[in-house]
Amino acid sequence: MPASRRSIAIIQRPFPRIILTSLWFGLLSLPLMMELKAPFFGLERPLLVSAGVAVASLLRLVVSQRGGPGAERFQRLMGAIGGAGRDLVGQMNRRVLYVVALASAVVIPLGLNRYHIDILTQVGIYVTLALGLNIVVGLAGLLDLGYVAFYAVGAYTYGLLSTRVGLSFWEVLPLGGLLAAIFGVLLGIPVLRLRGDYLAIVTLGFGEMIRITLNNWDSVTRGPNGILGIARPKMLGFIFSTPIQYYYLILAIVLLTIFVVDRLNRSRIGRAWTAMRDDEVAAEAMGINLMRTKLLAFGLGATWAGFAGVFFAGKMTFISPESFTFFESVIILCMVVLGGMGSVPGVILGACMLVILPEMMRQFALYRMLFFGGAMVVMMVLRPQGLIASSRRRIALGPKGRQGPASAAVTSLQTG
Amino acid sequence: MLVQQLINGLTLGSVYALIALGYTMVYGIIELINFAHGEIYMLGAYMGIISFSFLTTLHLTSPTSGATFLIMMIVAVLFCGACGVTMERVAYRPLRSASRLSPLISALGVSIFLQNFVMLAQGPRDKGFPHLFSGEGIDFPGGRISAIQIFIMATSVIMMVGLQLLVHSTTIGKAMRATAQDKQMASLVGIDVDRVISVTFLIGSALAAVAGVMVGMYYGLINFFIGYIAGIKAFTAAVLGGIGNIPGAMLGGLLLGLIEGLGAGYISSEYKDVFAFAILVMVLIFRPSGLLGKDISGRV
Repeated sequence: MPASRRSIAIIQRPFPRIILTSLWFGLLSLPLMMELKAPFFGLERPLLVSAGVAVASLLRLVVSQRGGPGAERFQRLMGAIGGAGRDLVGQMNRRVLYVVALASAVVIPLGLNRYHIDILTQVGIYVTLALGLNIVVGLAGLLDLGYVAFYAVGAYTYGLLSTRVGLSFWEVLPLGGLLAAIFGVLLGIPVLRLRGDYLAIVTLGFGEMIRITLNNWDSVTRGPNGILGIARPKMLGFIFSTPIQYYYLILAIVLLTIFVVDRLNRSRIGRAWTAMRDDEVAAEAMGINLMRTKLLAFGLGATWAGFAGVFFAGKMTFISPESFTFFESVIILCMVVLGGMGSVPGVILGACMLVILPEMMRQFALYRMLFFGGAMVVMMVLRPQGLIASSRRRIALGPKGRQGPASAAVTSLQTG
Repeated sequence: MLVQQLINGLTLGSVYALIALGYTMVYGIIELINFAHGEIYMLGAYMGIISFSFLTTLHLTSPTSGATFLIMMIVAVLFCGACGVTMERVAYRPLRSASRLSPLISALGVSIFLQNFVMLAQGPRDKGFPHLFSGEGIDFPGGRISAIQIFIMATSVIMMVGLQLLVHSTTIGKAMRATAQDKQMASLVGIDVDRVISVTFLIGSALAAVAGVMVGMYYGLINFFIGYIAGIKAFTAAVLGGIGNIPGAMLGGLLLGLIEGLGAGYISSEYKDVFAFAILVMVLIFRPSGLLGKDISGRV
């Protein structure tokens, strides 16, 4: 065997490969992490990176040694856990489970302090947002990176109408949803003819445009100072003021969202969305009006952000463009992706995790976005269907491979 | 005033063009919008500063010599090239047969990861770039063109001509064009598609690195967030010229720079960043294939 061939063979063996990989990542992080004035030039940090990469690759190797490539093994493991969960749920009778979940959502906060209730309210806002985005990304397969713009539309609708016109929360709530939906459709129209990846960047631009406009249009939005003194929601002469009252308000909104999104998912429109997501051409051939279906996804997805925005403005009584940055969009997207695109329980889990975990690990707050970014890549590579796969996705993205049923059929046609 | 705005616009435009080339090449070959490309540009700028401080702290070269500058460029190019190739290996290659959404989300993840990695490793504050160009520039009626502006434009032109030569008259260039047309056919005629894709990322990242170092010197300040806006603008430039089309990206970059320069000068500089988005949306509505591109809207 010639020397070069031999060296390649050595690299392909697992352990030298892991060592080389970890050294490579250490080398890449070296110039960014070293410090000339620190003792040993701060070399311990890139070494830490190397060690981390080595541990991760070793773990993957251990998992994959027990059969099949690592990704597939991981898939099967997660699938088994999910399956066990599903069996349990099946045996327990779904209705009982729903009642228990609802009862605990109503009762548990009564025993918590203000801080914890506030976090739960946050969870509620994000569940609403993530479920709304799930319509666009998870069901219809359109990547929207400017979703936070609709949230801002809702919040500013209430902020402006409350402070300038004096409309009440309940009058603005449907209005905010409607306005957000209109913005969603307006944004959808120009990009409908284009492929998904253009959409991503246009929605990103749209989100930035809304934020820059809010920041600079001083005469209306008061720019970076934001809008102060937004009225709190009132109901039959009763004013919402304590955290627990807000919690129940958002809980009601969340329940409405879950109900509607679940019904939509199972409806004709929901099926049209999934069909379109999997194959636009085939969907169109089956008589789905792509234009209408996409606009519906945009409009109905944006509505929930509008509602969440109105609630947010009503709760905080102060809003400024700072709350509606691109990162907010990313975090909401992350919830959908981690939880499981298209799966309602998955998205709820994703939202809970991404709100509660950072609160629990405040000392690592700086590393939060680093973790989110890394998690998005890892999830896409190892488990694209998310923690809880939607039932349709489970079939399409199951352990057999990542191809959808349609493309699998095409492959079998071609080969056989 | 007009002439000055044109010069500023062209300078900025040639930088956008360099970054846009990376987007357009990657899109041409694997049809992925590489969101993390802007971050590679940002890494290039950081590597410029890091290698500069390394060289001057250890007194290896004098701060104003040409050698310092050359080393800065080379280090940035090598580092960003390595990052680009690694990024493709880790985050995009495993997803090549996945649904269209997966690599996009993965790319977004890489972008956020790199941004925050640099923020944590280098600190969130602005970093000052050394002033290496002391040249006076040329004054003429109506404006002046500074030495660094001449340098940026000249370097960009050289890079673009070099890229054209590489793509059209070398073997690897031929392989790249073949892979862009049809990956399966290309691999059937013996082209190592994986290698071609790696080389594409390498070249795109190297161009972004050069752009990063030059912009750092032009503005004098960089931070971990510069890749985000620059990335969107370069992407707009790529779309304007017709994505997947190399001369298109150059044209698009220059045009975008000019429009932005004039817009900032005559309309409002507060909304400077909005122009790029507005152009993007207009192009997508009226001519989605871009100025020089083929029709892509209905491709299956």
